[in-house]
Amino acid sequence: MNDLTFLQQYWWFLVSLLGALLVFLMFVQGGQSLIWTLGRTEEQRRMLLLATGRKWELTFTTLVTFGGAFFASFPLFYSTSFGGAYWVWVIILLCFVIQAVSYEFQLRRGNVLGTTTYRLFLLLNGILGPLLIGTAVGTFFTGAEFVVNKAAVASPAMPVISYWVGPWHGLEAALVPQNLMLGMSVLLLTRVLACLYFLGCMDDETLRENCRRRLRIESGFFLLFFLTWLVRWLLSAGFAYEPGSGFVYMETYKYLHNLLAMPGVAALLLIGVLLVLGGMAGGFYGRRRAFWLAGPGSVLVVLALLLCAGWNNTAYYPSVASLQSSLTIANSSSSLFTLKTMTIVSFIIPAVLAYIAWAWRALDRDPITAEEAESEH
Amino acid sequence: MEPIDSSLVDWSRAQFALTAMYHWLFVPLTLGLGVVMAIMETLYVRTGREFWKRTAQFWMKLFGINFAMGVATGIILEFEFGTNWSNYSWFVGDIFGAPLAIEGILAFFMESTFIAVMYFGWNKVSKRAHLASTWLTIIGATISAWWILVANAWMQHPVGMEFNPDTVRNEMVDFAAVAFSPVAVVKFCHTVSSSWVLGAVFVVGVSCWYLLCGRHCEFALSSIRVAAWFGLFAALITAHTGHQSGRDIALYQPMKLAAAEGLYEGGTEQGLVLGGILRPGADWTAGSDDRFLLKVELPYALSYLATHDLQGYVPGIRNLLEGGYKLPDGSVALSAEEMMKRGRVAIDALAKYRAASTPEEKAAALAVLRANFPWFGYGYLKSPGELVPSVPLTFYSFRIMVMLGGYFIVLFAGLLLLGQRVTRWKLVQLAVVLTIPLAWLASQAGWVVAEVGRQPWAIQGLLPNVAAISRLDVSSVQTTFYIFLALFTLLLVAELGIMGKAIAAGPETDSTSA
Ligand code: HEM
Repeated sequence: MNDLTFLQQYWWFLVSLLGALLVFLMFVQGGQSLIWTLGRTEEQRRMLLLATGRKWELTFTTLVTFGGAFFASFPLFYSTSFGGAYWVWVIILLCFVIQAVSYEFQLRRGNVLGTTTYRLFLLLNGILGPLLIGTAVGTFFTGAEFVVNKAAVASPAMPVISYWVGPWHGLEAALVPQNLMLGMSVLLLTRVLACLYFLGCMDDETLRENCRRRLRIESGFFLLFFLTWLVRWLLSAGFAYEPGSGFVYMETYKYLHNLLAMPGVAALLLIGVLLVLGGMAGGFYGRRRAFWLAGPGSVLVVLALLLCAGWNNTAYYPSVASLQSSLTIANSSSSLFTLKTMTIVSFIIPAVLAYIAWAWRALDRDPITAEEAESEH
Repeated sequence: MEPIDSSLVDWSRAQFALTAMYHWLFVPLTLGLGVVMAIMETLYVRTGREFWKRTAQFWMKLFGINFAMGVATGIILEFEFGTNWSNYSWFVGDIFGAPLAIEGILAFFMESTFIAVMYFGWNKVSKRAHLASTWLTIIGATISAWWILVANAWMQHPVGMEFNPDTVRNEMVDFAAVAFSPVAVVKFCHTVSSSWVLGAVFVVGVSCWYLLCGRHCEFALSSIRVAAWFGLFAALITAHTGHQSGRDIALYQPMKLAAAEGLYEGGTEQGLVLGGILRPGADWTAGSDDRFLLKVELPYALSYLATHDLQGYVPGIRNLLEGGYKLPDGSVALSAEEMMKRGRVAIDALAKYRAASTPEEKAAALAVLRANFPWFGYGYLKSPGELVPSVPLTFYSFRIMVMLGGYFIVLFAGLLLLGQRVTRWKLVQLAVVLTIPLAWLASQAGWVVAEVGRQPWAIQGLLPNVAAISRLDVSSVQTTFYIFLALFTLLLVAELGIMGKAIAAGPETDSTSA
């Protein structure tokens, strides 16, 4: 507990886990992006929205907590990325603002904008949310355009320590094919997970058949994008640093080396990929529980990738504008005292997971019927 | 290097104020209405009367509509510290981040998990499990208020940290001092109790509207009975904790107190301004004219409030700028100029420390830095006048809040005294309906006092706004300001439309009322 390096690793693990859970829970977004694709009738659309409507707050809360935990454990990331890649984050946030009201407002009388507008909001959130978050996370491996100079605090005229070099404030990330490919992979993964979730919780055979058919298409595209991204990632050079001096340099095959150096993480990745594939296969056969293979599988995959971004002396938020400004878990973390305090708080997490599991089971015990979807409004 | 554009600071502040004030339209209703509906569901579980279930469900419906807006406006705030106050996030993130993270882990998950059970679980979990979920939703919301107010209180009165020149930031050294700071405790109690008042005003207001229309009378009278007791209790706590807040700002933010009181020349035996009109356009940073057109004072009361002594000395704005008076610890107050000078020495020492090449140079610079660190933030200011917040805004907001606080006590007590007879008093019913917006006015006014009154500080005495911002183009912040303004206003209109329709439709209690 008194070892700063250990706590930095531990908090990188927790932040990665939250990120991984977020991607998994974004099946809600995937579902929203498929409202009209899967729901051919109003009744079906209501059923789909009831299913995701009982879960959206969990995803939302995970996103908010991910932000809070990142702030508390690696404040320099929070200040550099949010303050610099301003436009990307603002657009992501706006997507979530419109989501937050849409479930509650869509079917209420007097909602001014009409049901379809709120559902379009959900569609927008469903597509842009995962796409942009995935693209932004892509920069963990490809770099971003910022400079950090802590000494600036001592110059009263311009005391801001980190700033963005380019004029696009983060939007430029979308021009990097590798980032975009990761964004597309996340989006498609959330759609795959959504199909599997609906397959499991719907009491309507036509709807389940729609999901099954859709699942094949989404899975195909997901594998295409993800595997291309993965291969390029394994072959790419990465951002490494020397543990003592913190000096950042480029290393060929860095991420491949990370997997070899951390066999546990490599195993997570492999098991995760297999579970996702298993979940998809189960879904093709209409298995109700296939979601519970692919869901945890995607958590493992994302967790492994994020651990590769930050562990094993890797700069997790590299700067392409000034290599030595790159953020590592060592140079961007909170103090030993704060990390220790937060670590004690983190011991509560299992209790939180336990009541979430209780509530999830209680609400999902019976499949969703058309009557239930009708009576909820 | 280009210096910071002052309009960037203004726009960043405007955006934060806009988003925070919008958020604060919804949060107090969540906190207040949440308790009322949980009490009603408790009555249902205890008595088994279907009437209470329907009553609770009606208020829950309104709660849900409002809650959605609270969530929508809240997410922006969580990230705005990073997007628009990035330097702040680094300079104090080591302390400030922790409450935000704990809020997420401890409170937000509780809220968001159990609210789903509350809405979707009526037929899926037992009666008692449902009741527990309702209470856990509102307890989660209240715990969340605790942590965010800990963070806010820390900005008003920073404690439990130490500056680290190597990382160039403040680092936490005492978590308990941060999490249980007396300022945080008072702030939490005042904010939450005042939100209960707001929730209670909302419930009695809507109920009186039904009485005026002659509909749902049993529902309305029962709701009024529960809410008026709750409201009276809350309003008394609000007044008490408000008084304690006044004492806190006298101790830790004397400039805020001076601005709230319009006190330019301080002294002993100071009276509290009960009501007054300020001279428009008066300069509060210099000169010696009379700044009031009219004022009514309660003699000695300000001295008593600030020092617990009728004769106590309370510094005014001029005294705070010029210094020279005796502080409670016996030392003599420094002038603003002197503090700014020492602040510049501290900042300069930090630069020397970072540039030093030998351990001796480092040690020497560090000694100077430590000796002058208490005034570090003053080194970023350009003129003493910057230390004076907007007096009219603070002064009038304070009066509005306190006067309405008194009025709410009378209102709830009156409703309790009238009991069932309120059905005969149309005028009272109308007055109660018209009181609804006043609760929001009081609550927003409270935040104006707290936040405008502490300008120019992002963190009192440590970091002024100008050194707290993100380095962005002004046009970017302007654009997002207008986007948020348009979007939140649109959603607010929609929310009001939905609320209006839901209230007009009324509860489904009539068929079940005994
Ligand atoms: C009854 C007499 C009242 C007194 C003496 C009083 C006093 C105060 C003071 C001195 C502050 C500033 C605290 C600071 O800057 O740290 C404050 C803030 C505030 N007040 Fe009041 N208040 C009263 C009534 C109310 C009422 C009725 C409401 C709303 C219904 C309210 C809501 C607030 C809020 C939301 C804040 C900002 C949060 C905070 O700083 O605590 N107050 N009040």
